[in-house]
Amino acid sequence: MSVAAQAPPADERVGKPGVLDRLVVRPEIGSLLGALLVFLFFSVVTEQFLSPGGVATWLDDASTLGIMAVAVSLLMIGGEFDLSAGVMTASTALVTAILSTQLGWNVWLALLVSLLFALGVGALNGWLVMRTGLPSFIVTLGTFLALQGLNLGITRAVTGTVQVSGMRSTDGYSSAGFLFASTFTFGGTSFYISIVWWILFTVVASTVLVRTRFGNWIFAVGGSALSSRAVGVPVMRTKIFLFMTTAFAAWLVGSINILRFTSVQANQGIGLEFQFIIAAVIGGCLLTGGFGSAVGAAIGALIFGMARQGIVYANWNSDWFQLFLGVMLLSAVLVNNALRRRAERVRR
Amino acid sequence: MTSLIETSGIGKTYGSVIALRDVSTVVNAGEVTCVLGDNGAGKSTLIKILAGVHQHDRGSLKVEGEEISFASPREALDHGIATVYQDLAVVPLMSVWRNFFLGSEPTKGVGPFKVLDRRQGREVTKKALSEMGIDLRDVEQPVGTLSGGERQCVAIARAVHFGAKVLILDEPTAALGVKQAGVVLKYVARARDRGLGVVLITHNPHHAYPVGDRFLLLKRGRSLGSYDKADISIEELTRQMAGGAELDALSHELRAAQVDPEASGAASDGVVDKEDVG
Repeated sequence: MSVAAQAPPADERVGKPGVLDRLVVRPEIGSLLGALLVFLFFSVVTEQFLSPGGVATWLDDASTLGIMAVAVSLLMIGGEFDLSAGVMTASTALVTAILSTQLGWNVWLALLVSLLFALGVGALNGWLVMRTGLPSFIVTLGTFLALQGLNLGITRAVTGTVQVSGMRSTDGYSSAGFLFASTFTFGGTSFYISIVWWILFTVVASTVLVRTRFGNWIFAVGGSALSSRAVGVPVMRTKIFLFMTTAFAAWLVGSINILRFTSVQANQGIGLEFQFIIAAVIGGCLLTGGFGSAVGAAIGALIFGMARQGIVYANWNSDWFQLFLGVMLLSAVLVNNALRRRAERVRR
Repeated sequence: MTSLIETSGIGKTYGSVIALRDVSTVVNAGEVTCVLGDNGAGKSTLIKILAGVHQHDRGSLKVEGEEISFASPREALDHGIATVYQDLAVVPLMSVWRNFFLGSEPTKGVGPFKVLDRRQGREVTKKALSEMGIDLRDVEQPVGTLSGGERQCVAIARAVHFGAKVLILDEPTAALGVKQAGVVLKYVARARDRGLGVVLITHNPHHAYPVGDRFLLLKRGRSLGSYDKADISIEELTRQMAGGAELDALSHELRAAQVDPEASGAASDGVVDKEDVG
């Protein structure tokens, strides 16, 4: 292939696309505009929003949601849903907490076991979906309910209440806490380490998605599983890995939560799964799979964080947050739809 | 010269259903073997055996003179037999070059830090497509923006590029218009000219005859014969496919039916007139 190195002559039928045209073909552009709008709005309306402490607060709010949204976006691009993702953040925290507070295990060991537990549940989700051919919506609705019951049942059986607390006095709390729940100072303001995890996770996920072979397979299995299989893409392995990635993210978030708050409620995390999906959709993911962006999902989570805290700073009732969410989701879907159609026209 | 593929008396049963029996034909390099037959004739069963999706249970399948039974599509692919399915050729939302390299992506870097070589991907795709005579403006455009014929062509060019010796095309022209079908047939001929053996499955003798060198006729799981082009005319091919005497009866029926539309047309005109009056 000596000729391959040669650059092909530019095609005279392709005009150099304008900056605007090149921007709109990116799936995350809608969310970026939305984030800018929300940012400007609350910057003008409230005083604390732009203060260093304010920024640290909404970034922290966005971080744990963002980790999950990024993982869920990969799964959605791969053509599947995971409704058990929200409850998984509580399940992993509960496993860690019960093992270390009730059985006296070292926190690191408890974290390791809860990671294995999470990966196991993720693999089970993926295996069930692929093996039965049922929609992941139904299969993970089942694991969602099952985990919810297990969380409450086991917690009550072990502790007699519906919460596990007392993480602070366990072995290895300080070193594990340093990794998952410490703060660092930047420009005189302290930020939670979860923000670093969020950024790290987004960068890794996004690189894998657009720059690697495996990323190509994620788009392919979401776009058309049958065509992918016909050209030799390992569809089952790819999808199971994506379910396990979501479970891994849930373990990361669960660990961050349990080490920061040192206690966990057994009914925590319920309903969060929809927030993850909403953030991913705002970030440009198609519900039908095969299209989307990890960076977009991270920005979708950022919009969540900014709006949730901005409403507090503006002294509005937090009831309004749900209204905002609905409007945001609808407009994101409409904008993404229009932009995608425009993108395809430009490309043609 | 040994044939790329040679089947003799090949057969397949699914439980008590005999899907295919006693089919013998050859596929040579630089030639097109057309498999013709109506729905349920056994065309799909035959190509699934050749593509490694199913295994034959009677007769013998020789690939380059060596008797073989493929365990999986991957194994067939490793022997240089590539199959392009009509509806599963490509992933519509992905760009042309990503589709082209899907499953065989070019990478650079080492170990866990291997990344896609996107530049090479784009350039090789553009070059491979233009060698097949497919001139795309932009290999970054989603395949979904191409026409049905162009999609088939991308899939054909992909198989040729990745070193297929035998190209199996499953009804490549079935869902296409006249012009698009012509374009696809042109690329079939081009693949043939590059020395590939092509198996073209179709139920349209008018698509098969111009490019075919050999015609295998199937009916209800049996072979009606494998003819060289010199031994059969397109009229005879069409007649055989439709089942000779059955076709005569059918054309008789159709002739009778043609009288009726005129009669009913006149009647409906009458109805309209009446309504106008009313």
